[in-house]
Amino acid sequence: MNISETPFEFFTVSYLTRIGNQSAGTIAEFLKGLQECSDASIFHHTFQTLGTHHFLTEGFSNDFAQWAHADASREDLAEQLAALDVRDYLSIAALRGDLCRVVGEYCIEHPAFSEQAALDRFYFCESVEVTLPFGLTAGTLEEFRDAIQHLSHASFYFHFLSSRLRLQLQTNDFSHWLADGLGLGTLADSVNRIDIYTNTLDSARAKLLRLIDRERTKA
Amino acid sequence: MSEVAIASRIPLDDYRALLGQGEIDELRVLAKPLRGRSIEMINSTAVGGGVAEILNRLLPLAEELELNMRWEVMTGGDDFYGVTKAFHNALHGAPYHADPKDFEIFLACNERNRARLPLDAEFMIIHDPQPAALIDGRKKNGNHWAWRCHIDLSHPHRGVWDFLDKFVARYDAAMFSSPEFSRSLPIPQYLFYPAIDPLSEKNRELESGFVARTLAQYQIDPLRPILTQISRFDRLKDPVGVVRAYRIVKRYFDCQLVLAGGSASDDPEGAVVLKEVQQEANGEADIHIIELPAWAPLEVNALQRASTIVIQKSLREGFGLTVSEALWKKKPVVASAVGGIPVQVIHKHTGLLAHSVEGTAYQIRFLLSHPEIAARLGENGHEHVKENFLITEKLKRYMTLFLAMARRN
Repeated sequence: MNISETPFEFFTVSYLTRIGNQSAGTIAEFLKGLQECSDASIFHHTFQTLGTHHFLTEGFSNDFAQWAHADASREDLAEQLAALDVRDYLSIAALRGDLCRVVGEYCIEHPAFSEQAALDRFYFCESVEVTLPFGLTAGTLEEFRDAIQHLSHASFYFHFLSSRLRLQLQTNDFSHWLADGLGLGTLADSVNRIDIYTNTLDSARAKLLRLIDRERTKA
Repeated sequence: MSEVAIASRIPLDDYRALLGQGEIDELRVLAKPLRGRSIEMINSTAVGGGVAEILNRLLPLAEELELNMRWEVMTGGDDFYGVTKAFHNALHGAPYHADPKDFEIFLACNERNRARLPLDAEFMIIHDPQPAALIDGRKKNGNHWAWRCHIDLSHPHRGVWDFLDKFVARYDAAMFSSPEFSRSLPIPQYLFYPAIDPLSEKNRELESGFVARTLAQYQIDPLRPILTQISRFDRLKDPVGVVRAYRIVKRYFDCQLVLAGGSASDDPEGAVVLKEVQQEANGEADIHIIELPAWAPLEVNALQRASTIVIQKSLREGFGLTVSEALWKKKPVVASAVGGIPVQVIHKHTGLLAHSVEGTAYQIRFLLSHPEIAARLGENGHEHVKENFLITEKLKRYMTLFLAMARRN
């Protein structure tokens, strides 16, 4: 049985949504907001919203795409914004760059649409994060499996999704520890491939547990 | 001021079956650094109204987590409540003729209450405009003050808001139910949602026999689609608009409409609106206009559970907890895109939004034609409420606020 020298310590996260000073009533204003809003705001409307809306596995990607679809009624723009996958980004700056590029190009190609009033305004908000130890640690795969079963949604989200920005390695806390702590690189890769856009947090967790069980039967 | 004693208690562990052990454990994790630290909630009424309903459920849960949370209710005379009712309406955008006497009455009552209360809890949460001026009694002990506004401030009366603004700006934070309601303030503003209790009489599971008996009591046919709006008879809830939307739907579907709300007998304006709705309904047998007693949680629960589609066609709305109640019961909802409703109804994901009578009718027809989509929206809506609008989530949000405020110091 592999024992990690550095046990995995589970944390949980809780967010407050801080209402920002910016809002947008047209796509042109929306672009300005994307350019000027805080990093915490980009995080809130992409990474964090994926956690709070994890149960929507069909057609929901981020708040920006949802506004373009439901309020600005621009399906083509919504589709492009929804196609941005947060897992591809190592920094908020890079994600913001692509969001601005997509919306900026749309404004150039469709100047008339970019000035049309949306049904409802988009309000830029940001996440204020509080993290605390969840009170669980794991040194072996068995202990890790047991802890995963007992996590809250927020704790699972913190390690599986929001950790990608913290690590800046296109991986998540779980995969990082499985590879570095237990030397289980193949399992780590499989875990990192679980698709959070087509899974709820619960189904992603169930897949993770199945992958661990498969690994344990191999051993 | 008087401290409120809580009547009914539901153990935290009773929520485990609904939420899972991990979520209960998380509440305990967040509560741990706050144990024994004092928290005080202050509002203006112990019974009736959404705030009292929420605090009645919140405090017992906080106590189970060993949080030292107290709830005090402001006391005032008829003159004070007359003024604050006018302020309330003015903040919602109703016409108001400012009378200097009104402001004097407001300040004098706040001062009297301030003198009677220590106001020294580490975290002071002041609900709504009535006790807002208590901030004048802030001690120099570094405690944290936050103002929770439950009303729609998107188009407030300028004079009343300018008066309140002077007090609100001195808090450490303000909380609103929708970003649309936030104001230009020098303090952080947070999004805080009202909440429902899944184990309360209004939301818990019911025996099918009770639901059937409720339908029979009001002569509603359980075999044909039932469209329901639960709300008091108030023009801002647009019950007449609901009847008009129903009439459009009725051309295509043999359905029934239920409009149920608290009794209008003690509300002169409500009685007028009720009459308008009855005139619009014109005695049609499939339109059921039901005057419920002021507190009828089981009947509301049963009517919501029996519904095919729940409507909330408000013209203005603070938050609209009836939407959360319906979503929790996995009902497809068609609602207006106003106030806090779009936070609950994510268009085409957890329900359908509309902007007119015709739009409301169209969305209802669409759902009646596509029951599988209606069912999916209902399922998603249930999960959305579970994640965001339950009393346990509200307590979590408060604890996060306290931890964030303490950290700022």
